[in-house]
Amino acid sequence: MKIAVCIKQVPTREWQPRLRDDKTWIREQDVSYEMNEPDAYALEEALRLREKHGGEVVVCSAGPARVQQVLREALARGADRALHVEDDSLAAADASVSAGALAAAMADEKFDLVLTGLQSDDQGHGQTGVVLAERLGIPHSTIIMEIQVQAAESTVAGGLQASGVRVKRELEGGWFQWVAMPLPALLTIQSGINQLRYATLKGIMAAKKKEIRKVPLPPGLKPSQQIVALALPTRSKQTQMITGSPSEAARELVRRLREEARAL
Amino acid sequence: MILVVAEQRDGKLNRATWEAIAASQQLAGGDALKIALLGGSAGSAAQELAAAGAGDVLVAADTALEPYTPDGYVIALSQVMASASPLVVAMAHTYQARDFAPALASRLNAPLMTDVTGITGTGSGATFTRPMFQGKLAADVRPVGSGPCLVTFQIGAFRADQVQKGATASAVTSVPVTIDRSAIRQAPEAPFQEAQQAVDLSQAARIVAVGRGIKSKEHLPVAEALARAMGAELAASRPICDNGWLPMERQIGSSGQTVAPKLYVALGISGAIQHLVGMKGSRTIVAINKDADAPIFEVADYGIVGDLFEIAPALVAELQKK
Repeated sequence: MKIAVCIKQVPTREWQPRLRDDKTWIREQDVSYEMNEPDAYALEEALRLREKHGGEVVVCSAGPARVQQVLREALARGADRALHVEDDSLAAADASVSAGALAAAMADEKFDLVLTGLQSDDQGHGQTGVVLAERLGIPHSTIIMEIQVQAAESTVAGGLQASGVRVKRELEGGWFQWVAMPLPALLTIQSGINQLRYATLKGIMAAKKKEIRKVPLPPGLKPSQQIVALALPTRSKQTQMITGSPSEAARELVRRLREEARAL
Repeated sequence: MILVVAEQRDGKLNRATWEAIAASQQLAGGDALKIALLGGSAGSAAQELAAAGAGDVLVAADTALEPYTPDGYVIALSQVMASASPLVVAMAHTYQARDFAPALASRLNAPLMTDVTGITGTGSGATFTRPMFQGKLAADVRPVGSGPCLVTFQIGAFRADQVQKGATASAVTSVPVTIDRSAIRQAPEAPFQEAQQAVDLSQAARIVAVGRGIKSKEHLPVAEALARAMGAELAASRPICDNGWLPMERQIGSSGQTVAPKLYVALGISGAIQHLVGMKGSRTIVAINKDADAPIFEVADYGIVGDLFEIAPALVAELQKK
């Protein structure tokens, strides 16, 4: 089975937001980046499917030169090769541009299965995967917690001929649902679907020899929305911050919870 | 005109649909709404919507729309939109909307603004506020182009009880849709619950919830001790349950339980939207986090910036004093 995993590089969780002077994007020079967490789960799931059914895992990313760091990391974890749609403008691209860029690079590869994280930890539109499925003309299902490959037959070459997938989709409030669909298909993966592996030293060494193919940004992609301003969110409540040493703060908090909030 | 897409399962309206209607009324600035309802048949949900008098209910009924599939909904809604010509198509940011709305937007080449928490202005001139960077920043976004756009509203951001009801019930009209069943590629099975929930956190008076800040399973007793001292149930944010440190049934958030206890103590929880949705209705919220900019402080009544491994034991000691 030929599996693609789309990966985005996003600011680390520890990153403290700082804005560019025009207040429409972040100050990128201050940022350290990491692999978008839901995408890491998608990668892990692809590696497990390959271990079980054979085939190839190709990681794909649309972004500036810096995203090679997460592609290299994915290769170190076990992906076979990488596609990189490289353009500086992709750093702040919306979902339609990101999906359009990925679709152009991926269309000729004829992947059986495309996995993405359910959303990115930066812009968080939660759209790129589904829009990519539309652009590739393949069915999709979202927020997936388990993947079963169906009607698998071994080919003469020993590879796997899979005809469809049956996937466990998460609904709200602890409900789930199985959904079957033919391949090729795209699935957006929920965090926690599996336990992540980390790169081994051997994997890191092997990744240095693996291919990252650069693909130019196709012309004519237009954003569908525009960020007019970014700001720190306004607080919906007036938070009373309690300061002092741990024991002083604890004493004050317990007093207020008892006397003001009457919550204890 | 703004078209609200209602959501139902087995004839029961999703509560968040009323929030989407309230938000859409604000966006419409006094103009009438229309409400689309899709399903196998019109059912009681159409009457429930019409009774509110908030706008004409357009029912697209076809057996191919039951059960829900993204392909079926995209096909049907494209046709409803073609006949109703809305300026904006609005809905709640539910898991179902997340499944089909991006595909609908892509097929119509229309902008889609998701997870919207605020609206400035009305109609096509409106600017939408939505979280970015895990809620660390709020972005004001505008659709590009002059065609129709789609919007999903964050659950809990608008209030269902703010829906302005009409003096009389609205009309229910049937909208014909033609769905080629072979164009529906997903074959869904019946929804199910993994296991009967042994812990009903929604009934707890107090909850101590633990997040990534706890760092490892071995540190959980720190949170357990605080929960015991407060007479609280122990709960967690999603990553803790994903790691298997606590069972899934103790998870608070959009994929877990929604709670509104008397007291909610968030211990080392940064406050991703998915978590806030499940607890921001709590009466008193305490946030303890080492990061002063963590979004959890936006919903907290009381906040302590500091090391939970120092503060939680200090709280236990304080609570045990006579």
